[in-house]
Amino acid sequence: MSLRGAAGYWMVAGFVLLAALPFLQGRYIATYGTQLIPVLCFAILALGLNVVVGYTGLLHLGIAAFFGIGAYVTAILTTSGFPFASSFLVAAVAAMLVAAAVGVATTAPTLRLRGDYLALVTMGFGIITVSVIRNLDALTDGTKGLTPVSPNFFPGFDDPVFEKSRPGWKDSWRGYPRLYYLCLAVLAGVVIFLRNLERSRLGRAWVAMREDELAASCMGLNPAKLKLSAIALGAGLAGLAGALFAISQDGTTEPRAYGFERSMLVICCIILGGLGNRPGVLLGVVLLVGYDQIVTSMLDNWLQEQKVNPEGKEYLKVSGWRLFIFGLALILMMRFRPEGMLPAARQKRELHPERDEAAGERAAKAEAEAKDKPVDRGKKNE
Amino acid sequence: MFESIAAALGPEIYQYLLAGLVTGLLYALIALGYTMVYGIIELINFAHGDLFMLGAFFSLQLAIWVGAAGAKGQATGEFAVLAVAIMLVAAPVFCAALNVTVDRVVYKPLRNAPKLAPLVSAIGVSFIFMNIGVFWMGTYDLNFPELIPPTNLTPGYRVEFTYQHLMVIVVTLPVMVALTLFVRYTALGKAMRATAQNPTAAQLMGINVDRVIAATFAIGGALAGVAAVVYGLYVNSAGYQMGFQTGLFAFTAAVLGGIGNIPGAVLGGILIGLIEKLGTGYVGDQWRQPLIFAILIVILIFRPNGILGARTREKV
Repeated sequence: MSLRGAAGYWMVAGFVLLAALPFLQGRYIATYGTQLIPVLCFAILALGLNVVVGYTGLLHLGIAAFFGIGAYVTAILTTSGFPFASSFLVAAVAAMLVAAAVGVATTAPTLRLRGDYLALVTMGFGIITVSVIRNLDALTDGTKGLTPVSPNFFPGFDDPVFEKSRPGWKDSWRGYPRLYYLCLAVLAGVVIFLRNLERSRLGRAWVAMREDELAASCMGLNPAKLKLSAIALGAGLAGLAGALFAISQDGTTEPRAYGFERSMLVICCIILGGLGNRPGVLLGVVLLVGYDQIVTSMLDNWLQEQKVNPEGKEYLKVSGWRLFIFGLALILMMRFRPEGMLPAARQKRELHPERDEAAGERAAKAEAEAKDKPVDRGKKNE
Repeated sequence: MFESIAAALGPEIYQYLLAGLVTGLLYALIALGYTMVYGIIELINFAHGDLFMLGAFFSLQLAIWVGAAGAKGQATGEFAVLAVAIMLVAAPVFCAALNVTVDRVVYKPLRNAPKLAPLVSAIGVSFIFMNIGVFWMGTYDLNFPELIPPTNLTPGYRVEFTYQHLMVIVVTLPVMVALTLFVRYTALGKAMRATAQNPTAAQLMGINVDRVIAATFAIGGALAGVAAVVYGLYVNSAGYQMGFQTGLFAFTAAVLGGIGNIPGAVLGGILIGLIEKLGTGYVGDQWRQPLIFAILIVILIFRPNGILGARTREKV
């Protein structure tokens, strides 16, 4: 319990630090500061997935599809190639709603599947979505993706909020930090919303269903409704993250960015960090996505300056070891700390019953031994 | 009736059917590895496709060593028969050894852990395999030497049946028959079936469950090795991402047939191969992947345990 409180304080401290970042001076902050925006988007995405996998226990392997749907809806609503030209606010709400609707519509028929089969169907859904996005040239511009996205924030508010003249990180309030703060604020909002939701009737019902669906339904909970509401919320948050991502990338980038690999990365984040626990999920995102997006390129640039690798060999690049390090981290984590770095209290007890119940077991054992001793039955059978 | 449908689809239908059947046999070999491991320890072995990829790289490396292929995988026209023979022996051994090692090091300590733990570890192993593949052969697709020539054996017929098609059938069918006989009639096969049914009871009957699991991984790996050689010789290309795509299709095949079910895996593999080739032919290559997964989802919704899978009731 104390750990949980500490994690909460660390989270607040992290947010304060992130908010103060644009005011700091320094070479690396200027270069890598803008790269934090996608990290914030992935944090929202991971929190969305955490609702589905962490709270409700549905192993969803296609969350990046909703992320992509959000990005594409935003792009279609805001680019000049289409007649909508809406503001960001409208586009983001639409992205959330469309992603949530697709989530509900695709999950509803698969409700009776469980475990591995559900994982497989969601994976298939993710792959289908990316293929459809790639193949619907007329709507999505195929493999190129839609560009550019530069809407106003409010409807009828003629001030391009996300002006991307980006001369520097700290140059002006009108430059990139606006988007940075928007993402940070949305992330903070999502964290607070989920914190309250966790403790609500719905949040507790999700956890009850995760632990034992049959028992939960016997208690009068409706599993179908609960699953659909979890997927709607998770997909909606993923759509919101996609909307922010599309703005931050000046477009949707290529459809591959929303494929199976992205889904797996997010899954890895929440599993490494701690399934079902907000601070844990955020820590996982900071470690994995931060490593992937920022630390790798930093080290690679440094290596290039040192001219260690003139031939461009893969194994001499830090980015070349990317999958290896992810894989090793997953394996070691599952072996030695399957509950994640910052586990939810319930998971910790479940996966390490010996720590929690060690005292109780010792007492029971002592009692049993005391009973057995006169007869010495245990030894004979061996 | 069939003739009229065939007429409407055009004469190329026969070629598509043959290509689908042959590809399907390949998928079936890989699907068997998925299905056997799942049948025994209920693990979706995500790394299986990448094991297949490493098997293909290993055989390519062998071809280069023997001198049958150049550094980029192009055929040199020498030692072709020798290279194929060495590949067909060494690649299954390599894949089997690798698979057993991974089971020993990664999955074995997790036997009693919650189900998510080995699954996530398998994803980790898959990542590591893929990274090893990149280090080994680079990020670009390579040629796999054309050691079996694509010479047409049936000139004058509507269907072009080449040495490559023949090679796939001649290698895969006996392997499947042998596997079926092995599982049905040998003591180890019987132990495997017993372990799949109930590991605890099997252990109580004196079966060394750990050895049975290791044997399952070895057989699954060897099948992936055979599939890798045959795939390389048939498709004539290899790249570090081939395992992901092919593995997904093969896994789909295993689920389609009913995961854990050996004839089901073969049936599912052939169906997936046919769907893939017919879809490519009549709908277009870019819709092949969505088509396969859409069919998979539809089948799972209406028959969640696959075509041949037994219906199981949830235990409380």
